Amino acid sequence: METPNINYINELAGNDEPFKNKFIEILKMEFPEEKLEYLNNINNNRTEAGSQNVHKLKHKFNILGLEESYRLAVIFEEELRLGNDRLKNEFVKILDKIEDYLKTI
Amino acid sequence: MNCIIIDDEAAARAVVSQLCSKVPELDVIQEFDNAIEAIKFLNHQNIDIIFLDIHMPGFSGIDLVQTLKNPPKIVLTTSDTNFAIASYEYEAIVDYLLKPITFDRFEKCILKLKKEETKKSTAPKLEEKNSDVNEDLYINIDRRLIKLNYNDILVVEAQGDYIEVKTEKKNFRVHTTLKNIKDKLPENIFFQIHRSFIINFNKIIDIEDNSVLIEKNVIPISRSNRPELMRRLNLL
Repeated sequence: METPNINYINELAGNDEPFKNKFIEILKMEFPEEKLEYLNNINNNRTEAGSQNVHKLKHKFNILGLEESYRLAVIFEEELRLGNDRLKNEFVKILDKIEDYLKTI
Repeated sequence: MNCIIIDDEAAARAVVSQLCSKVPELDVIQEFDNAIEAIKFLNHQNIDIIFLDIHMPGFSGIDLVQTLKNPPKIVLTTSDTNFAIASYEYEAIVDYLLKPITFDRFEKCILKLKKEETKKSTAPKLEEKNSDVNEDLYINIDRRLIKLNYNDILVVEAQGDYIEVKTEKKNFRVHTTLKNIKDKLPENIFFQIHRSFIINFNKIIDIEDNSVLIEKNVIPISRSNRPELMRRLNLL
């Protein structure tokens, strides 16, 4: 599985260290909330709402350079919208990986 | 250019805000995490650009575009390509940025916005002139104001301190300059083909190498005006 990185954030920030720090703080704050909301919805079979959560989360995949995961999220979002959650185990592995990574930066 | 950012994700707003900070012409006035608050703001504040996320819970970006009566220029920011075609249905939408947005792509978007701004500042003048189409022009002949319909004018010729306005029925000699009358005639019908001649584009019968035939008048084409004449012709 691919690993998260902050290449995009570095490129965006340039020499703007305060922005970089602020942005990472936002990710650290926003990601766990989005993950929790997603898990709540998916564990209660609210696939339509789960699809909305995946839509938001997949943007974070992009920011963290997770291209393969992003592609999976695109499929999963669409499938959830139609009520199919077959990719939920793979998806949660990606979320866990990001959560671990965010603790290191 | 004043702008606002509308996105329900704080990280996404931070990205756009950071990109805006790299462009001196852009001034981010406010950020919103939902469209409803943004609409309230837009009801009492004029801004130039909205960076707008499409996919927001409750009230989407497209709902917002449809709600605004006189929307400013809008740049959509989204991670969905599905809305790309739909976005072209709205005149206010200038560009469509796919997340994650790179600075190179953002710069291109700003160039597009600047071009739109230029178009906006020149458009009212053209509209003003074009709105005169099918109206009339009054010329002063011996203290009488004579009404001429634009469609009746064939050619206007400079003759010293006078101009001669040639119509299908009669010619009129008026004490004014060619520039004066040119400023009053609609650009989409009339064209200055030579230092001394303005022609009605709709009355051209044929064009030879260096002249235009309008009724029985052979009008010279100046070398400098020829390219513009050729550009405006509907050539087969």
